[in-house]
Parts: sequence; C-alpha cells; structure tokens
Amino acid sequence: MKAPYVTEEACVTVTTDADIVTARMRGRAMAIHLGFRPTDATLIATTISELARNILLYAGKGEIAIAPIEQGERRGLSVVALDEGPGIVDASRAMQDGYSTSGRLGLGLPGVRRLMDEFEIDSCANRGTTIRVKKWNT
Amino acid sequence: MQVPILKQGPYLIATIQSALTDADIVLLRDALVERVGRDRARGVIIDVTALDVMDSFATGTLQDVAQMVRLRGAETVIVGIQPDVAFAMVHMGLTLEGVATRLDLEEGLDFLNRTTRASAHR
Repeated sequence: MKAPYVTEEACVTVTTDADIVTARMRGRAMAIHLGFRPTDATLIATTISELARNILLYAGKGEIAIAPIEQGERRGLSVVALDEGPGIVDASRAMQDGYSTSGRLGLGLPGVRRLMDEFEIDSCANRGTTIRVKKWNT
Repeated sequence: MQVPILKQGPYLIATIQSALTDADIVLLRDALVERVGRDRARGVIIDVTALDVMDSFATGTLQDVAQMVRLRGAETVIVGIQPDVAFAMVHMGLTLEGVATRLDLEEGLDFLNRTTRASAHR
C-alpha cells in the first residue's frame, strides 16, 4: 500500500534573485520528500532556477508553483512558471539552443526541456507566459 | 552570502559555502578579478563543492571569470563539481568550454602549480 499523498503545493513569488534560490530549494526539498533520486532532484532544482530567472529577466515578477502529481500508477512533480510580462514573441525561436534576447547563453529554455519529461509553453505577446513542466519518478 | 577569498601563496582560493544568488556570483566575479591584481596572484581556484545548482547563469558567469582572470594574466581552475550537478549541466548543454576543471582542491592546486610554473619558465 502506498503512503497517502500529503505534500502540498508550494508557491514562490519571484521578484528578486534571492527568490530564485528559495524556489529551487523548495523544489529540491519536495522532490526528495516525494522519493526522487538526488540526481533527479538536482535536475528539478536546475529547471526551477532557469524558469525563475526567466520570470525575473523578462517579466520582473511572477510565480513558481511546485506540486506533486499523479497519473494512474505514476507519481511525479510539476512546476508551473507564470508571469504577466511581455510574453515570448517567438516561442519556437526561444526553444532553440543559443537563441537569446537577453544577451546570455540562450541555453535556458531548450536546456529545461531536456531536463524534464514534459514541457509546455503558452505565451502570447503582451499577455504573459506560462510554462508547465513535469518530471515523473521512475 | 559573500564568498570568502583566501590567499595561499601565489593563488587565490574562493570556496563557495552555500547556494548563491545571481548577485552573489557577480560579486564573486568582480572581487576575484580585482584581487588578482591587488594580490598579484598567478592562479585562482573556485571550489563549487557546496553549490546546489550550476545553471546557465552560474556557468556563464564562471566562464566570464576564467576569461577575465586570464586577461589579467592568471589562470583559473574550477574544482568540486558534484556528479549530480555535472549530470544536469551536460543535459542542459552547459559545457564550461575553455575553463579548466579538476576533481578537488588538491588536484586544482596541482594543476596551477604545473601551468603557472610552465609559464614562468617560458
């Protein structure tokens, strides 16, 4: 018999770079609590770090919500990064390695997609960006 | 959380002791580049053993440190990247290209001893 799912959703408001660290630490703690291996917990923490920085960099303010998920026998963790910033004008280009409008490496979003099992991006110019990612515990 | 920088002979050793914010990493970069001149250091070791995550910002900034320190005439080596962190970096495509890395502080010191001695004899 499986232990009941007691872990609650964690939500971190991102307005400073210290919030990036808080969000990724909450994510790692939840991942470990849910039984993810340390390697996967590091992948999740890295993902949250990238998503939270994107919020700060492009929108200035937003939220990271981390929650346990279930699908049939599978259990995992989802991260939702939400902002009401300018949106990503060209989402398909933002997913290409090396593309960046911020002058950085441009490996953030495409990198995150490789770290997680599922990746969804929903962005409209002037209506903000929502990125949903999932990692299953295998 | 500021990173302490210790001077050991001709080298500077920066040991990261906890998770760092982006601002902390930028402060570390600027402090190291400045201290290379003030302390006339030949080499810099950055120990990242305690760093929880090496994301695109941390990796990019450490790469900048290595290049800036080289332009100032010294060598940089990054030590202590943990297995899980290395795994995440590889999957992200963060290779730290052009930056010397070694297993730990001991190997880092050995690397600097070899490279800075070799350049002194040129």
